[in-house]
Amino acid sequence: MKRKINLKNYPSKSGHFDAFGGVYVSETLIHPLRELFSAYKKYATSASFKKTLNSQLKDYVGRPTPIYYAESLSKQLGSSHIYLKREDLNHTGAHKINNALGQALLAKKMGKTRIIAETGAGQHGVATATACARLNLKCVVYMGEEDINRQSVNVYRMKLLGAEVVSVNSGTKTLKDALNEALRDWVTNVDDTHYIIGSVAGPHPYPMIVRDFQSVIGYEARNQFKKEYKCLPDYLVACVGGGSNAIGLFHPFLNDKVKIVGVEAGGSGIKSGKHAAPLSAGSPGVLHGNRTYIMEDENGQIKNTHSISAGLDYPGVGPEHSWLKDLKRVEYTAVTDDEALDAFFTLTQNEGIIPALETAHALAYAFQLAKKLKNKKILLNLSGRGDKDIDTIAKLKNIKL
Amino acid sequence: MTSRIPNIFNKNKSKNKKTFISYLVCGDPSKDITLSAMHTMSKSGVDIIELGIPFTDPIADGPTIQKSIDRSLKNNTSLRDVISVVKEFRKDNNDTAVVLMGYMNPVHKMGIDKFAKQINDTGVDGVLIVDSPPEESVMLNKYLTKYKKSHIYLASPTTTDQRMKNISKMSSGYVYYVTIKGITGSQLSNVSSIRKNVNKIKKYSNNNLPVAVGFGIKDSSSAQKMAAFSDGIIIGSSIVELIHKYSNNEKKMNSKLSTYISSISNVI
Repeated sequence: MKRKINLKNYPSKSGHFDAFGGVYVSETLIHPLRELFSAYKKYATSASFKKTLNSQLKDYVGRPTPIYYAESLSKQLGSSHIYLKREDLNHTGAHKINNALGQALLAKKMGKTRIIAETGAGQHGVATATACARLNLKCVVYMGEEDINRQSVNVYRMKLLGAEVVSVNSGTKTLKDALNEALRDWVTNVDDTHYIIGSVAGPHPYPMIVRDFQSVIGYEARNQFKKEYKCLPDYLVACVGGGSNAIGLFHPFLNDKVKIVGVEAGGSGIKSGKHAAPLSAGSPGVLHGNRTYIMEDENGQIKNTHSISAGLDYPGVGPEHSWLKDLKRVEYTAVTDDEALDAFFTLTQNEGIIPALETAHALAYAFQLAKKLKNKKILLNLSGRGDKDIDTIAKLKNIKL
Repeated sequence: MTSRIPNIFNKNKSKNKKTFISYLVCGDPSKDITLSAMHTMSKSGVDIIELGIPFTDPIADGPTIQKSIDRSLKNNTSLRDVISVVKEFRKDNNDTAVVLMGYMNPVHKMGIDKFAKQINDTGVDGVLIVDSPPEESVMLNKYLTKYKKSHIYLASPTTTDQRMKNISKMSSGYVYYVTIKGITGSQLSNVSSIRKNVNKIKKYSNNNLPVAVGFGIKDSSSAQKMAAFSDGIIIGSSIVELIHKYSNNEKKMNSKLSTYISSISNVI
């Protein structure tokens, strides 16, 4: 008889999800990464740390977030039911705070006084700046010049919170280059600085740490769903850029009989080549400290990505997603900018919830699924609210705010 | 053929000289200029050339080398091109060692077995993949050993004693000691701790493996300081800068490069 593997027991001690993950960094970062791993094992799994974090998540972040049944929209789409895990209701407006707060508390325990972070849409930057203001830590956020232009509100929020926002104008001037720059800062200031990576990407132990802090989404949702509906959902759907909100929802369900779908940014369409969907159209390679699916050319150079959503505009993806794809445990698909935009308006107008453009990708797919399936329960991670995207939307509609 | 690197260090040692290692990015501003600069450097006193493989996301490099890589990538310089430059170089030079230095992904894309075979066919002597520490390069190490090539690893101020032991075991050719916590092109500091760590690595390899130091060496005075206790010194950013500054005038570039390299070579 084939023994069932426990999908929740990964990564391995060396940080691998079978052929994915690992620690592809220059020698100087090896020791700080090991220190981080030890500190994480020592503190984050202790009862007192968990107690502190949970009380902060409750009183400061506003957890647990509810599951909302989008009844009228579901009825319009057919006989299936769409449920929204309302991560947009977290303090700062997205799931990113779950991880930022957890890691900031860990940094405090490690005696670090300075925090750095990279950000794409600005949600992780805002969450990190918030956690740093709350815990009295110095905060520097790296952000691509192009993203600074399209997410100006979040840039100002970070500054209000006391963070220094550093504009990155190397390479493609987006998230990937912000990550490069943050890694360069970290290697230079490792003694007093902790790097809070915002996604389940990067070298081990980051994909594991970020996943663990985000798994609160899935554990909560699983309990809430069982309690309210006496069953598990049939489908889980979440958007995937680096993949932190998705893995946060998916991970606690990996051993369950639940279909799981991750939705990537299809940009102008996979065939156009202008997208940010490495799992749908990329190949395994090495980027930002781990082996994972990436978007590369025939010479192994990282390709430019395109997405209407800054938070999904990344040529790599967390290694655990690559592993789950190859295991066929999770199905990965992509929706286009236009499909995501349609979903953005549909949810806003029918349910009175303005979703983030990232989240709108998951919504677009969930709506397609609901139209196709009969009587299925679809749980979607509503990972963030769309206030930050108002400018982008208005511009697309030629409206001057 | 077998790596030239061990012989180079031995020969220099018998002459009481330290080994001079230079770095440049292949293809900035063109393959021809790279080739020309390689010949000039070897004629002026460089023993080993680290030839940079351009990569879009060079996380260990400072602005000088990043910009150089960007310029090279504008010409679409690929790993295949880098290997072809070495092939060209070998037509006129059989003494200077060439180490390919870069990041994992272009090598991963080509395939480690194919990469190892190609470098063997073209007279490359060693490989240094910055983002591939011993734990992640078992396969590469196996292939380089098979073809008798040097596999150079980095050691840094944050490397623990246990790791230094392991790195000196896995390395061949030389160990590249990174003098600072930081990126290429940074300032040098704390000479006594660099000396201490260099001596430690030598001890762990029973003095069988040369230790070269790099990052932060810019001129003859810093080169001399570092050469005093190491087996070799590595200069990158300053050379990259110099090539860029005069690259539109090949003759002038070569004369400036020659003067600069000689000024270092004479004092180490």
